[in-house]
Amino acid sequence: MLDFLKRPVAGFQDFLVLSGRALVNVFRAPHYWDDVFMQMDIIGIGGLPIVALIGFFSGLVITMQMSRALSTYGAIGQVGPIVILTLVRELGPVLTAVIVAGRTASGIASELGSMKVSEQIDAMRALGTDPIQKLVTPRMIATALMLPLLTIIADFIGMVGGFLIAFFTLRLTPGEYWTPAYKILEYNDLVQGLLKPFVFAFVISLVGCYYGMQTTGGTQGVGRATTQAVVVACVWVFVLTALIGRIFVRMG
Amino acid sequence: MMNPAATNGQAQTVLRFEDVSLAFDENVALDRVSFEQHAGETLIVLGAAGSGKTALLKTAVGLLRPDSGRVWLLGEEITNRNERDLFRLRSSVGVLFQEGGLFDSLTVGENVAYPLENQQVGPTASPEEIEHRVLDALSFVELEHTVDKFPGELSGGMRRRVGIARASVTEPPLVLYDSPTAGLDPITANTIVALIAKERDMHDTANLMVTHRYQDAEIMARFRYNPDSGQLAPVSDDSRNNGLRTVFMVMEGGRLVFEGSQKELEASNDPYVARFVRH
Repeated sequence: MLDFLKRPVAGFQDFLVLSGRALVNVFRAPHYWDDVFMQMDIIGIGGLPIVALIGFFSGLVITMQMSRALSTYGAIGQVGPIVILTLVRELGPVLTAVIVAGRTASGIASELGSMKVSEQIDAMRALGTDPIQKLVTPRMIATALMLPLLTIIADFIGMVGGFLIAFFTLRLTPGEYWTPAYKILEYNDLVQGLLKPFVFAFVISLVGCYYGMQTTGGTQGVGRATTQAVVVACVWVFVLTALIGRIFVRMG
Repeated sequence: MMNPAATNGQAQTVLRFEDVSLAFDENVALDRVSFEQHAGETLIVLGAAGSGKTALLKTAVGLLRPDSGRVWLLGEEITNRNERDLFRLRSSVGVLFQEGGLFDSLTVGENVAYPLENQQVGPTASPEEIEHRVLDALSFVELEHTVDKFPGELSGGMRRRVGIARASVTEPPLVLYDSPTAGLDPITANTIVALIAKERDMHDTANLMVTHRYQDAEIMARFRYNPDSGQLAPVSDDSRNNGLRTVFMVMEGGRLVFEGSQKELEASNDPYVARFVRH
């Protein structure tokens, strides 16, 4: 009766096994540091322009949209705190994660998927290399290191975007924008803002690797794996942001 | 656990399947397959697409795990070995995958050096020694000029030749070939099989070749590399069985439907088996 659940449950189990092995490999030799640095370059440096651009425009639009409501209450000076809280707690981590999911999860899934269908993964195993150690663990470490950094940059550039609107359109002085914004930030906000990208990084990289390693059915299968990786990674990002947000809201 | 046949038989058993079955969901890939391959022996597995040839080859090196039955590789049972244990054993086996299985991100030279750098075969080789052996292996397949190229820049036939160089660079006692001529024109296909025969005769390796082309099997069974002339030369009928020890197997729907010599294969009345023998 519950046969239709068999496949997704078995798939989730495979995902957990892959994740567990990738995590254990962090503490096991051999370590492929060259691959870690190369992936850090692809994910971090490669993703920087688009993350900066999206961060800039999100700060810009939050300030524009909020200014109307705030001016109704004569609270235009609160625009800085609103922008920084929205960015640090929620939009910075989520938008950056969605962009990285689009770039990195798809890149990982298509690269590993192509390797799988052209038997390069089998060749690797036949030549004495653990593909999880060589391919999955370096991508996971690189994403876990780069996504929090990209998020910090997106948050800051978003603040700058917001400031430009506040300064040129709303006629706020730099002090009126930055000082209350800086003062409103609490330890709780920063922890939340950095914990989220760290958790998302594992999900994005491992989902990309999982779908890549599971690819079957030639080039068509690679396309399917890539699409699934991005969709699933994005859904997980939104589910997890709600869960983590809930925990931190309770903590006050 | 040691395979008794490995020590008691006339020649050492390099590969042994005992009642091996494997299925992917509803599709049966291997159905109670049993056979033995001895050192220095060439085993040709013929079969249509989807008959389980590739599954047999991958099960032989532990890339696929059988659902039931037991597999011995080079005298050691591998049926339930974990992946890390298998790495040591696999370093004594060369594998050529269907499309070559070369790593796109590495150059031809790095691909051929990969087994020397990553497998535990004897003491660690120095970079100079690795370079020397890589060039040797590439000149064996007449591709030493491609050492700095990437696999994507090579033709299909050249990729297979690099694959042969990579599979044989450590001079393993057993080399497995998965449809080495699939998708190649007849001239390139013959070159590839000639190289495989040359590799077999120069290094005296046991070969397991999976193919759907009887011509490949024929070259392997009827020709032998002559180091003096540098060419393949036909062997006489009398010396064929003793000198070359080529065994033929035919697979259909995961089952082994024929096992025997070339003479027996050519004399078979089974319509499926007879379809592979064309003159």
